[in-house]
Amino acid sequence: MPDLLIELFSEEIPARMQARAADDLRRLMTEALVEAGLSYAGAAGFATPRRLALSVQGLSAASPTLREERKGPRVDAPEAAIEGFLRGAGVTRDQLEARDDKKGTFYVATITRAGRPAADIVAEALEQVIRNFPWPKSMRWGTGTLRWVRPLHSILCILTDEAGEAKVVPVEIDGIRAGNTTRGHRFMAPDEFSVTSFDDYEARLKVARVILRAEERAEIIRQEAGNLAFAAGLDLVEDAGLLEEVAGLVEWPVVLMGEIGAAFLGLPAEVLQTSMREHQKFFSLRNAATGRIERFVTVANIETPDHGATILAGNQKVLAARLSDAKFFWENDLRRVREKGLEGMAEGLRDVTFHNKLGSQADRVARIAALAREIAPMVGAKPDLAAEAARVCKADLQSAMVGEFPELQGLMGRYYAQAAGHDDGVPEACEEHYKPLGPGDAVPSAPVSVAVALADKIDTLCGFWAIDEKPTGSKDPYALRRAALGVIRLVLGNGVRFDLFDPLSNQLERNEKSAHNVKEADSARAIDKLKKDIGGATVGTVSVRAQSIRIINGRRVHGRAPDLLAFLHDRLKVHLRDEGIRHDVIDACLAMEGNDDLTLLVHRARALSDFLKTDDGENLLQGFKRANNILTQAEEKDGVEYSYGADVKFAETDEERALFAALDTAEPQIAAALTSEDFAAAMSAMAALRAPIDAFFDAVQVNVESAVIRRNRLNLLSRIRSICLQAADLARLEG
Amino acid sequence: MTDSTLRPRSFQEIILRLQSYWAGQGCAMLQPYDMEVGAGTFHPATTLRSLGSRHWAAAYVQPSRRPTDGRYGENPNRLQHYYQYQVLIKPSPPDLQALYLGSLAAIGIDLALHDVRFVEDDWESPTLGAWGLGWEVWCDGMEVSQFTYFQQVGGHDCAPVPGELTYGLERLAMYVLGADHVMDMPFNDPDAPIPLTYGDVFRQTEEEYSRFNFDIADTGVLLRHFEEAEAECAAILAAPAQDPKTGKRIVMAHPAYDQCIKASHIFNLLDARGVISVTERQAYIGRVRALAKQCADAFVQTDAGGCVG
Repeated sequence: MPDLLIELFSEEIPARMQARAADDLRRLMTEALVEAGLSYAGAAGFATPRRLALSVQGLSAASPTLREERKGPRVDAPEAAIEGFLRGAGVTRDQLEARDDKKGTFYVATITRAGRPAADIVAEALEQVIRNFPWPKSMRWGTGTLRWVRPLHSILCILTDEAGEAKVVPVEIDGIRAGNTTRGHRFMAPDEFSVTSFDDYEARLKVARVILRAEERAEIIRQEAGNLAFAAGLDLVEDAGLLEEVAGLVEWPVVLMGEIGAAFLGLPAEVLQTSMREHQKFFSLRNAATGRIERFVTVANIETPDHGATILAGNQKVLAARLSDAKFFWENDLRRVREKGLEGMAEGLRDVTFHNKLGSQADRVARIAALAREIAPMVGAKPDLAAEAARVCKADLQSAMVGEFPELQGLMGRYYAQAAGHDDGVPEACEEHYKPLGPGDAVPSAPVSVAVALADKIDTLCGFWAIDEKPTGSKDPYALRRAALGVIRLVLGNGVRFDLFDPLSNQLERNEKSAHNVKEADSARAIDKLKKDIGGATVGTVSVRAQSIRIINGRRVHGRAPDLLAFLHDRLKVHLRDEGIRHDVIDACLAMEGNDDLTLLVHRARALSDFLKTDDGENLLQGFKRANNILTQAEEKDGVEYSYGADVKFAETDEERALFAALDTAEPQIAAALTSEDFAAAMSAMAALRAPIDAFFDAVQVNVESAVIRRNRLNLLSRIRSICLQAADLARLEG
Repeated sequence: MTDSTLRPRSFQEIILRLQSYWAGQGCAMLQPYDMEVGAGTFHPATTLRSLGSRHWAAAYVQPSRRPTDGRYGENPNRLQHYYQYQVLIKPSPPDLQALYLGSLAAIGIDLALHDVRFVEDDWESPTLGAWGLGWEVWCDGMEVSQFTYFQQVGGHDCAPVPGELTYGLERLAMYVLGADHVMDMPFNDPDAPIPLTYGDVFRQTEEEYSRFNFDIADTGVLLRHFEEAEAECAAILAAPAQDPKTGKRIVMAHPAYDQCIKASHIFNLLDARGVISVTERQAYIGRVRALAKQCADAFVQTDAGGCVG
């Protein structure tokens, strides 16, 4: 069983693509080899900045010989048909065999497909894989037509047999002929050398200052950075993404620690960290006592006679230039905030378009502020404060710092709000109103933050609903599903009680007004231009039709609100499914009135879900369904609704009387529990009905001769139904 | 010839060494294009010559203007007028990376002592309708060059593919010379009878142009010039290829492209004046790109553009 080694040596492969490419090479090659009839014991892919490599162990030396019988025409078929069959099967007439079956005598050809040596199969597969490699972006170079991520320089492709004898697989792609040689580190060991096996390859690369395995390079960086930090009495700020990237930028990691100029140590830690990570790919070292970032670690790709002194000096200089910019932004922003306040900083938002149908960021901020004021009392925040926080929550988008580092939005808002003298929840709201950003992100709990975060997300949803830009299928360019989940998690995480129809309707109205204003302004501009062109003639204005407000159950509900609420309910189902609550349980609760109060809805769903997991719950559900079925059939047959009037005096059996008694006891208990929204208590009161209901169905027949008794029993079933339906629409439950 | 093992002593010595290095590699040493451009790429020796099948190798210094980067000469490394060194070789030779590293050695960067890295950076010029793949080259953490394999220019596929190298000369020179502020960098030899710093040459102009670019440039005039350049470009290209006077077929790709360059620079000035909103920005960029595309279409109809017959 030979081993296969492939290396594709190129100019520098982008760090972010390396891991995926190594895996693609392994997957595509092994799939192609197996497809061609080879088997193998194991395979692994590797990547460095300049090479992709693949090692396949225990590859079969050749594909097996395959025999296939092919049935042809009858022996008495026309000559042309037999000739055609011979051509198709690639055999001569004397190789045919005549065989009898039920329908006559037929020719049968036996086709033997000879096994092929592994080298031929590898050569073919490799060419296919290289020509169709799934790079995220690829390019041509020179005069060639081959595409690769960057120019491909050489191919190493050898099969090594058990005796350790290596043979080059003959492949040539666009003038690049495979061999058994490669090169080491670009600067430290640039000469060509040959290899005989994977172990030999990896060992010789190491001598030539190349560490083949990305995880080994990452581990060296992590260890040495940790050691340098420890020696300096600092903590390394772990950054897995940066570690992976940096390990993809070097073949031979040399870890160096440098100083951040004293002038910059006063910058916020996040600014230092972001600037160093984004621009320089430096790791940060933190002083555990003060929380400040005091030094950096950089990873070079070369050992130098001066032990990195020149490299470090250069890096420090570049960092100082970068941080002077950051410091300049920081100090300028602080000065602006102190002079004009955050409101002054936010002024420029008027000139920033949020969406061309919904107006500027300033328009959006005004809408959010109006809604935050309305939501505030429901989350325990002061309305004025929530509105103020909302008005300044996006001011930092106008700061020079966020202009340079967009990922610091919110965080800089907090710093600038503090600088503006806020100590009232506004700084936290500036930072936290974007949260939660994803399913794993923490949900804010400070009242002002919750009010603004909710208003921010509800406004986003209402805005795009108002202009009919809802998510479709996999397309959700404005991340509206994320916004909806954000609303759900903010509400549930803080136990917020409110009827969503109100804020949804208000905000839909506000957004429609914004859209209307934008249209008016656009058409006014168009008319001005038209007037100019045609010399002042009068032109009519364009009107925008807004969706009407309807009154549902005495409440003002915007025409688009039910659809938006349904979208939120869909996201809620997904969210609760992760919690283990079945979709039919949620449907049963969604059917109840007040389903726009998500907290209430979820309390109900959780109680019902728990209840159904108990023996009583499951049996009561069966009892309810039985009662409901009998009742529904009777009602359809009789054309009446049995809803009240069951009287114990018509009861004939003990079981019947017991059920009357149990209902009389349970009804007020359930009503009281539901009034206080204690669904668990309501359901445990319902559980007490299980035994009498079961006993009733065991002993009593409903559809009896006597019309009076029958009607009474149906009316009794109706009591069961209406009691059960008070907690949730059990008819929607499966099973 | 200068001894490349000695560190250069001035800004101009770095330029001279690059010139002599790339001349030694067989490039035609061109001169700057005589128009205001935002980057060396705009020189027709790069944009237009990237197109078509003819081989090409050229290098030149290109004074470049980015009005929004003006800082009145006060910022240590931001300038509204600066120099780029540009190399374009088509088809890209297989050893272009090695040739490039040789140029760093030629200006005194000891490759055994420094950490030179090729870090992914895909290049795209929305105004030229051009893109390519390559890297920014880092020396000890500082970006010293852009290295790009052009894939498309003016909407046309490049075949063969040119390799483009762009050096930001001030930044590179500051690094090599150890200057902390661009204005303090020696322009000529510090021991010359009349030693001049970069500031002696450019501080005043930086100040003057910063004021002009940000506050004085007449936006009405600029807007009109933009439209005129756009119209002129179209008019030039609309002229019949057959020249009635000489009887020859003369497609005027270059004169048309001049108007495209003009429009692009005017757009940059308008941007610096802050009169272009975010939405308009895209529209302006699209208009310049449309010009660049038409000029590219015209160029491939010419002899230099590889058109036979």
